[in-house]
Amino acid sequence: MSDAIPPARLGIAPTEAPIADAQAVDLAAIRARVRERLAERSGAEYWRSLDELADTVEFQEFLRKEFPRQAAPLEASLDRRDFLKLLGASLALGGLSACARPPQPHEKIVPYVRAPEDHVPGRPDFYATAVLDGGYAEGVLAENHQGRPTRVEGNPDHPASLGAAHAITSATVLSLYDPDRSQQLLQGGSPRSWSQFATAMGERLAALADGSRLRLLTETVTSPTLAAQIRELLAAHPGARWHQWDPLHADGAVAGLRALFGEDVAPVFDFRRADVVVSFGADFTQVGPGRLRYAKDFARRRRVRSADDDMNRLWQVESTPTPTGTLADHRLALAPADVAALAAVVAAEMGIAGAPAAALPARVPRAWIDALLADLREHAGRSIVVAGADQPAVVHALAHALNVELGNVGATVRYVAPVAAAPAEHAQDLRELVADLRAGAVDLLVVIGANPVFTAPADLGFAEAMARAGTTVHLGEQLDETGRLARWHVPRTHTLEAWGDARAFDGSVTIQQPLFAPFYGGKSDLELLEALLGRPERNGYDVIRDAWRERVSGDFETFWRRTLHLGVVDGSAAPERSVTPRPLAQSLPTGGDLVVHFHADHGLADGRHANNGWLQELPRPFSKLTWDNAAILAPATAERLDVRSHDRLALRVDGAEVVLPVWVQPGQAPGVIGVALGFGRTAAGRVGDGVGADVYPLRSSAEAWSRPVTAERVRGRHRLATTQTHHSLEGTGERRHIVRAGTLGELRAEPEHPKFVHPVTHPVSDIIPDWKYEGYAWGMVIDMTVCTGCNACVTACQSENNVPIVGKEQVIVGREMHWIRVDAYYKGDLDDPEFYNMPVACQHCEKAPCEPVCPVAATVHDAEGLNVMVYNRCVGTRYCANNCPYKVRRYNYLQFAELAVNASELSLAHNPDVTVRSRGVMEKCTYCTQRISAARIQAGNEGRRIRDGEVVTACQSACPSEAIVFGDLNDPESAVVAAKASVLDYKLLEELNTVPRTSYLARVGNPHPDVASASRTVSRASRPVASSSRTGSEGVL
Amino acid sequence: MAVVTGAPRKVVETNRVIAPGQTAGMLDDVVNTPVLVGPQRTPTWWWVGFAITLSLLGLYLVSIVRLVTTGVGIFGNNQPVSWAMPIINFVWWIGIGHAGTLISAALLLFRQPWRTSINRFAEAMTIFAVVCAGLYPILHIGRPWVFYWLMPYPNTHGMFPNFRSALTWDVFAISTYASVSLLFWFIGLIPDLATLRDAAKSRFQKLIYGALALGWNGSAKAWQRYMRAYLLLAALSFPLVLSVHSTIAMDFAISQVPGWNNTVMPPYFVAGAVFAGFAMVLLLAIPLRRAFGFEHLITLRHLDNAAKLMLATGMIVVYGYVVELFYAWYSGVEFEVFMAYNRVLGADHWWAFWALIACNLVAIQPLWFRRVRQTPWALFVISIFVSIGMWLERFVIVVVSLTKDFLPSSWGNYVPTFWDWALFIGSFGLFGTLFLLFLRLLPAIATSEMKELAHHDAHHGPDAYESIREAYYRGEVRA
Repeated sequence: MSDAIPPARLGIAPTEAPIADAQAVDLAAIRARVRERLAERSGAEYWRSLDELADTVEFQEFLRKEFPRQAAPLEASLDRRDFLKLLGASLALGGLSACARPPQPHEKIVPYVRAPEDHVPGRPDFYATAVLDGGYAEGVLAENHQGRPTRVEGNPDHPASLGAAHAITSATVLSLYDPDRSQQLLQGGSPRSWSQFATAMGERLAALADGSRLRLLTETVTSPTLAAQIRELLAAHPGARWHQWDPLHADGAVAGLRALFGEDVAPVFDFRRADVVVSFGADFTQVGPGRLRYAKDFARRRRVRSADDDMNRLWQVESTPTPTGTLADHRLALAPADVAALAAVVAAEMGIAGAPAAALPARVPRAWIDALLADLREHAGRSIVVAGADQPAVVHALAHALNVELGNVGATVRYVAPVAAAPAEHAQDLRELVADLRAGAVDLLVVIGANPVFTAPADLGFAEAMARAGTTVHLGEQLDETGRLARWHVPRTHTLEAWGDARAFDGSVTIQQPLFAPFYGGKSDLELLEALLGRPERNGYDVIRDAWRERVSGDFETFWRRTLHLGVVDGSAAPERSVTPRPLAQSLPTGGDLVVHFHADHGLADGRHANNGWLQELPRPFSKLTWDNAAILAPATAERLDVRSHDRLALRVDGAEVVLPVWVQPGQAPGVIGVALGFGRTAAGRVGDGVGADVYPLRSSAEAWSRPVTAERVRGRHRLATTQTHHSLEGTGERRHIVRAGTLGELRAEPEHPKFVHPVTHPVSDIIPDWKYEGYAWGMVIDMTVCTGCNACVTACQSENNVPIVGKEQVIVGREMHWIRVDAYYKGDLDDPEFYNMPVACQHCEKAPCEPVCPVAATVHDAEGLNVMVYNRCVGTRYCANNCPYKVRRYNYLQFAELAVNASELSLAHNPDVTVRSRGVMEKCTYCTQRISAARIQAGNEGRRIRDGEVVTACQSACPSEAIVFGDLNDPESAVVAAKASVLDYKLLEELNTVPRTSYLARVGNPHPDVASASRTVSRASRPVASSSRTGSEGVL
Repeated sequence: MAVVTGAPRKVVETNRVIAPGQTAGMLDDVVNTPVLVGPQRTPTWWWVGFAITLSLLGLYLVSIVRLVTTGVGIFGNNQPVSWAMPIINFVWWIGIGHAGTLISAALLLFRQPWRTSINRFAEAMTIFAVVCAGLYPILHIGRPWVFYWLMPYPNTHGMFPNFRSALTWDVFAISTYASVSLLFWFIGLIPDLATLRDAAKSRFQKLIYGALALGWNGSAKAWQRYMRAYLLLAALSFPLVLSVHSTIAMDFAISQVPGWNNTVMPPYFVAGAVFAGFAMVLLLAIPLRRAFGFEHLITLRHLDNAAKLMLATGMIVVYGYVVELFYAWYSGVEFEVFMAYNRVLGADHWWAFWALIACNLVAIQPLWFRRVRQTPWALFVISIFVSIGMWLERFVIVVVSLTKDFLPSSWGNYVPTFWDWALFIGSFGLFGTLFLLFLRLLPAIATSEMKELAHHDAHHGPDAYESIREAYYRGEVRA
């Protein structure tokens, strides 16, 4: 197999192919080489004239014109003189490309799917690589159009993704081209070359003598090669120390496992085998290593198509609503201390030795916990107890102890050798570093990737401590807060432009391959380490190959090609460890009357993605907030503090004060103020600077995830931008039968015709016979039982379909452009509502109301049943949008997309298969018609029909829950036909007789029989959602 | 009968369709002579008014430049409110445009002599209102430079417009209405233009009015053909009064937006249009008769009749509101029921509905009293209320219906922007500028018809037409 894969011709010039072959890429390579050459200035013997050339306006102009804008027309202002100058510059540069051969790096990358001889210009290649989340690899396939990466999807062969992609992962291509990325190596703000840097480092390191005054600060490292380099560096400089800091790192998980098992292990869950899942604040489908895999496995065990199917049950207690929590069959909103107390009560009841004594929290009904315990006992060996990344060590320890006690180990949970190269409690690690810095014990501090000046807990005073280091070196993708204070700043390569390796949640290794040469220059972590090791000339390709050459036996080239092709190193999963629990002796955390509870932002994570517009504008789950973080309050807490949504609230703790706008959120634990980290950047770039408020000053190293706080309303209002303002399913919302939800019990009682799915029947009568589709007839099914509302589909669609962002002001007006949105609805009790997620894109109605009202026939039906939009014909009357009952049409009120004439580098992230829309034009979901076309052409060439599963829409491919099924309704064997045959299948607003092609599978829950009735009683007793006008929540009617 | 008001100039109010004792010369003196005087003798009020309307027109043009260069995003429209103020203003202006044709065509066909003194400026009002209205749909679309794609013409795209769309019907309805109205107005002007030509002193005036008069010689043959053509055009344009606004109503009625999807829309829109149109006629006539001293030509009788029509059509409109609410309830469809609830009691826009009820139902009730109908200032105030009320009606229909339709997740709100108001207020500048130019350059009253009326008045006694018609109904005369 590997023999069939010749080296890539894209990205980096291969050994065999002459450079002149791949023209589009050569420009990138040339640019890189020019930079390199200019930086080095060592090749003066043959490039003396190039220095002059490169400094001329013409040359800069040429680079700007020729490379980033591939199809930009020559500007009309270009006169004859300029043209001749350009012509001269082109000739000179042509010569450059011919002469640059000798130092050209000999690197090979291997395409995942198609061999180069199969490569057809206009058809993309896919490369398997990995994107990191918290240091852990998630396998991706990166789509490459003639040397230009445009899209990242999950790698179906990678154990951590199985083809899914997180919302942030899909958005990474935008970060790749971000013009605000760091582009220049700096010393004290002045440009320096790589060789100057290397020389300076060499001198610095030599001056360290024994090296005891060297400190290295990285984020979580799972890369075997980087870890080996670090160890080599530490060995070369005895006494040097390596610290790790990731503000989102689950310190509690490391500490809890150490406390329980006395050693470092990594838990790996198998949700496919779990009937009952108990989650103590764990957003396991969104956060932490293995999140995508867990989402997929959990959904597979949850999916119901008929009364014969079985499904798991999720018990979730959490402080701030999470996407995972929306799927819970039993969800309680508890303060962080109460979550820990509940874990202790459960552990004590289950007979865990050393479980701390705790009283049952007041918000937990006795019947609830009795049912939970009964459920766990009944499903011993078929259950999972899991604790969230923000939980303290004691909760993690209790959760693992429960898994051991229930016999889940070996069945649903296994423990493997640690995946992180050096498991650590990061807060403690950073504290030690700061102590050294303050003591003046550090001569050289090298910060790789991390941004501690922004993310370190306030009590450490990192920025001030860092100033005491002799020299600081910062490697970062942005010239961020840390980079600005550091003496040296080195631009870091993006994941998609560097060689590397990383391990997934189960230890599997992916060798990361670059899609093209570093776009803005920059060095990878491996290359920086090589420089520190005194080998600045070695590039990442050599480092990674040499490292792996030592690790594998047998033919290396075969291994290399096969591994790059697959995206995962065979058999590299971490070995299982047997564990023995020790008695616990930990105390429970104490809470407070009012606590602040931190969470990673759904889009920005710890703030590193703040300059990514797609992620800033990503509607956060349930609140649908964009472009801001907020103090998320339960309605009761808002009442207590006398604030409403959009009011301003000052949070004070330990002398720090942060003012945040208020967002009243049903389902938030009373007495808990949820705040998202990552906002309020000051050095993120033009998009992210000053968006939201920085809440890191409220954090302390000891209480990193929640701590008591005082809150007070301050004058003024802050208008939050949300994409959905009505969420209630009470009253008129209920009578519209939009979200249909019931329980497995109800389904089994009426297996043929469950009333909760089909409350009303509407005879359809039409005098015109239906159109017959002879060829294909596309259709989609969305399974609401497993949709977590995680937004993976939203950014996937945005990336695939060149969906523009509009900015906060336009979101407030109501002009967001997302083609697919996830509607969030609440029902029932205000404090513990039921959450429903409903992804809505164009429904592709068979009798589409938008079509007859368009005066110019710009939206019409095609022969395969798609409701298509003809952008060029659209004059923009917007009648179609008015007449669309689903309100899925999106209108370019202003020039939101970048036009070719004034495009920035960001437009390189555009998918060339999809039109970029101009202002005044309507747009909407097309069912990824470009993908259908590609498949149709392929199938046509091969003289066959398109196979089921051959066309995968972007939203479908990204969805970690596999909630979206797409296919040909004319193919009786297709998955979509099978899904539509389910009794749970219904159409949104079907009484309008629009006959949508997208249908929904009603949401099915699986509440415990003992608690279902009890919780209803609780709900009725407390306040219903509809009566919250007092709190001024925008979230409810 | 005559009422003497406290005006500085002696004003003779009358309830006849024309004050007694008028001669052709007197009519020429008050109507035609001021048209022919030189610019230096233009009244001050005209210059003041023209300065105001011209500056508003400037605002209008600035708004259009801003709109075309930046995009429709300068308005407050959004998802879900894709249509908002430009469409409200369009429907409002086109509604106003209805009274002119109704007065000139329908009343001509019904032989109502009281139309005579107000038809000229009412028709001018119609044309200018249609100009104001017609620009909105072009301006509000995303790519106004290709608006002509809505018209069927042979093209290289191989595309015709979609004839299923009511917006395509709109194009035909409005363009037909505009051209027929213009033609009708111009033909009515010909004898007066000839009078101006004959009376003109300067060569320039002779040339212009002479050209426009199309060689009118006032012969019996010319009059006979003229009258026939005028009557035919009246017969042609009368159905348009009903059809244009019906078509515009169908812009809404053929959709499935709750609050739009109503079969009552066409008649209800036509009644609303006449209602608003008469309000505008009164708003123009009352100052006009004062400024030009036309009290003896545009008499209290005219005001009274216009007020009666306003009251009648206003009550039809109110009936429409009742029917809409009734059907919402009677349908039992949740979306319709909620739409009605939201319109009347919804948190965001209840004020608009109740303000509209106050303007269109409560404010017109005094019109039941003759005394009110014959008090010009009271009519003026009521007409302002009606104009605001009809604008609010379109606001309620267009915007309030769209803010909350089917899926609560998509519900939104609408806030007009500066440019929304600028384009609306600016359109008054366009209308006012055109209207003032009309007043200055053309006879505001159809003098040829007035002379005929004065003749009848002199020879057959007051209200000659009416006594003839009454005699006809009594069977004393035969046609």
